[in-house]
Amino acid sequence: MVLNSLGRQIPEIFAGKKQIPYSDPWSLQPNAERSTRAIRRINHNGSKLLGSLREAIIATGLKDGMTISTHHSLRNGDHLLNDLVKEIDALGLRDIKIASSSIHIVHAELIPYIRKGTITGLECGVNGLIGELISKGELDCPIIVRSHGGRARALITGEVPVDVAFLAAPCCDEYGNFNGYYGPSACGSLGYAMVDAQHAHKVVAVTDNLVPYPAIPVGIPQTVVDFVVQVPTLGDPKKIVSSTTRVTTDPIGLQIAKYAANVIECSGLMKNGFSFQTGTGGISLSVAEHVRNMMRKDKIKGSFGCGGITGYFVEMLEEGLFEALFDVQCFDLKAVESIGRNRGHQEITAGTYANPFNCGAVVNRLDCVIISATEIDVDFNVNVNTESNGYLLHNTGGHCDVAAGAKLSIVVAPSIRGRLPIVRDAVTTITTPGETVGVIVTERGIAVNDKFPDLKAELIKHRVPVKDIRELRDEIYAITGVPKPLQFEDKIVGLVEYRDGSIIDVIRQVAA
Amino acid sequence: MAENPAYQLRRTLLYVPGNMPSMLQNIPLFQCDGVIIDLEDAVPLSEKDAARILVRRFLENYTERNKEILVRINPLDTKWALDDLKAVLPALPDGIRLPKADTPEIVERLDTLLTEYEEELGLELGRFRILPSIESAQGVINATEISRVTPRLIGLAFGAEDYTASMEIERTKSGEELFNARMNVLWAAKSAGIQAIDTIFSDVNDMDALRRETELIKRLGYTGKCMVNPRQIDVIHDVFAPKQAEVDYALQVIDAIKRAREMGTGVISLKGKMIDAPVVKRAARVLRTAYAHGLVDVIIHEEDIHGAE
Repeated sequence: MVLNSLGRQIPEIFAGKKQIPYSDPWSLQPNAERSTRAIRRINHNGSKLLGSLREAIIATGLKDGMTISTHHSLRNGDHLLNDLVKEIDALGLRDIKIASSSIHIVHAELIPYIRKGTITGLECGVNGLIGELISKGELDCPIIVRSHGGRARALITGEVPVDVAFLAAPCCDEYGNFNGYYGPSACGSLGYAMVDAQHAHKVVAVTDNLVPYPAIPVGIPQTVVDFVVQVPTLGDPKKIVSSTTRVTTDPIGLQIAKYAANVIECSGLMKNGFSFQTGTGGISLSVAEHVRNMMRKDKIKGSFGCGGITGYFVEMLEEGLFEALFDVQCFDLKAVESIGRNRGHQEITAGTYANPFNCGAVVNRLDCVIISATEIDVDFNVNVNTESNGYLLHNTGGHCDVAAGAKLSIVVAPSIRGRLPIVRDAVTTITTPGETVGVIVTERGIAVNDKFPDLKAELIKHRVPVKDIRELRDEIYAITGVPKPLQFEDKIVGLVEYRDGSIIDVIRQVAA
Repeated sequence: MAENPAYQLRRTLLYVPGNMPSMLQNIPLFQCDGVIIDLEDAVPLSEKDAARILVRRFLENYTERNKEILVRINPLDTKWALDDLKAVLPALPDGIRLPKADTPEIVERLDTLLTEYEEELGLELGRFRILPSIESAQGVINATEISRVTPRLIGLAFGAEDYTASMEIERTKSGEELFNARMNVLWAAKSAGIQAIDTIFSDVNDMDALRRETELIKRLGYTGKCMVNPRQIDVIHDVFAPKQAEVDYALQVIDAIKRAREMGTGVISLKGKMIDAPVVKRAARVLRTAYAHGLVDVIIHEEDIHGAE
């Protein structure tokens, strides 16, 4: 074991691979070529259609020990990964690793196949029960949690070699061109799948909406697709949209949003050319509404909105408040509908969005981003992966990517959830290093990182309740009490990778 | 909490049900100028006892007060009112919101009760303030007399819901039916030198209509409004926020009056206009509001206005 710069014990080897301990957000330099794959030559001009998923698995030559991937743009409506693993199991394949862009609650159906040894490793973060069972030691399956940018990096450098990518293709032709704009499973941007399409050794487009050649606009081209499979359904379209895409009405949430808007107002970033990202939670959307009103009021013409795109951003684009939207995934149907229609609504790959190892990702151009937290500590480190019970329940998303990229990252969170303090001495798991976090906003006050003294002074001038983060912690502890430290076993069940590939924290088995 | 209650900002007074711990707990967090913790209409008959205890405990633990705290007790002619006072006064609210203050006698009775409690608790006499609710035809007619009963009054609060019920009419969003009553309460308050606080606006989803009503009552002369939901705070504060030109002018007025003091004169002219007490008073109010909005950096103190003795 070695200590990383944030004081977390990191194993030198995990799941058979040597690991690099995290040191800081900026200095780790890549030392690699882009990953390569065999060049193919397909002479025929007919169909790449195969009869079933099973045929496709056989045709790609998937073998024991290999790695597969899917994309998560269908979110909780995705049935492809579940169906795929069932077929892989039925074919008797074992020791398969999954390197999907994310795993959702709906994929709890994989649990029996993990127990059985069909699936033996997760090269991606998870949401929900799988993570909980791994944390409890009830599922033996090493897991490496990656951010969106970090995953793109790992595929592009070949650190995670994907043998076969099975990509849900909402609108696809028989020669393999596809997009996400149309069809019963329309999900809009295919930003995550684009990385797999370029870097997986074999690519299978799986569609429930086969259209006559050519499927236009071409999102992912025929030149990178080996096979096409038609299935009756890719999943449940109703669950493709994210669950919370409405402004909160909770007074506490609204107060947090208002403080966050005060922070943006005082930051000096709100001027022509403003660029912004926010999530889909009720508080984040309420901040977006404040931003929209500020831009309208001061007649500000923004540069771009980014990240997961919602109807709110679409409205702002159409109103002329932003020049462009950079969309790596669409969060609601309004966004899906817009991406097929608005020229300024630009689909981007996860690599373009957030990969730290290229000539500059879109996140680097962000002025301001609103992010969330399950826990925050007095060093501004943020946890979004585990909850205060120690269970790994959430994937990182773009959290640490945007925090590192944006000029100002604003974490919004209630100070107390249930009976638990959210600002505390130490977070259970570090997802995003405090060095990249600008401001913490709770309903009880705002803590500003010492890196932004001018912002702090401006907030104080505007009577916004600025507090030292330790003062904020003490105020919250006075209400909740100090939580007893969680008890963990020595066994490390997972790693949390920082976006550059170094290991920022580990997930330990929670003591029974 | 304020050094001089005459200048206390009361733009927003938020009703908080006394029987809901989760909402009481959030009182320190809301950015309204004051709260009215309700033991009356918001609390079902079966929970009157529990609410009293809860409110008392809350106030005892809320030591770092950051806004004015009023408690709305049950009407004095009910069996709960005396128990309400007994329970909450030792926990030191700033004052009592008195419902159904239809006659001067009702307010006098509360005045006497508060004096007795102050003596019993060893507090400065007059410490507990009163905000009577003018919420019936009778109350509107008696408003002028009510406004002069006791120096404890911080203002008169108009209650349109009960008023329209007493008039057997419907309340509308445009509010023409309230106009005379609103004006009568306002005149009574202003003539007594106390604040006039407007009624609640009950549709929490109609921010545009809330804004229109607030703009109206501000133009008339009301200095604040009661609220049923914290989501309404921002709209009301926004309406009451002074315009930059008003702030600039007020700063010039205060500056001029300071110079007048230095020169030993009581009046002075600014850009050819006489600056006297009413102008200074208005300027001071604008600046206090501006301070609360973060538009100016200093509070205007008494000496700035009246000069040190």
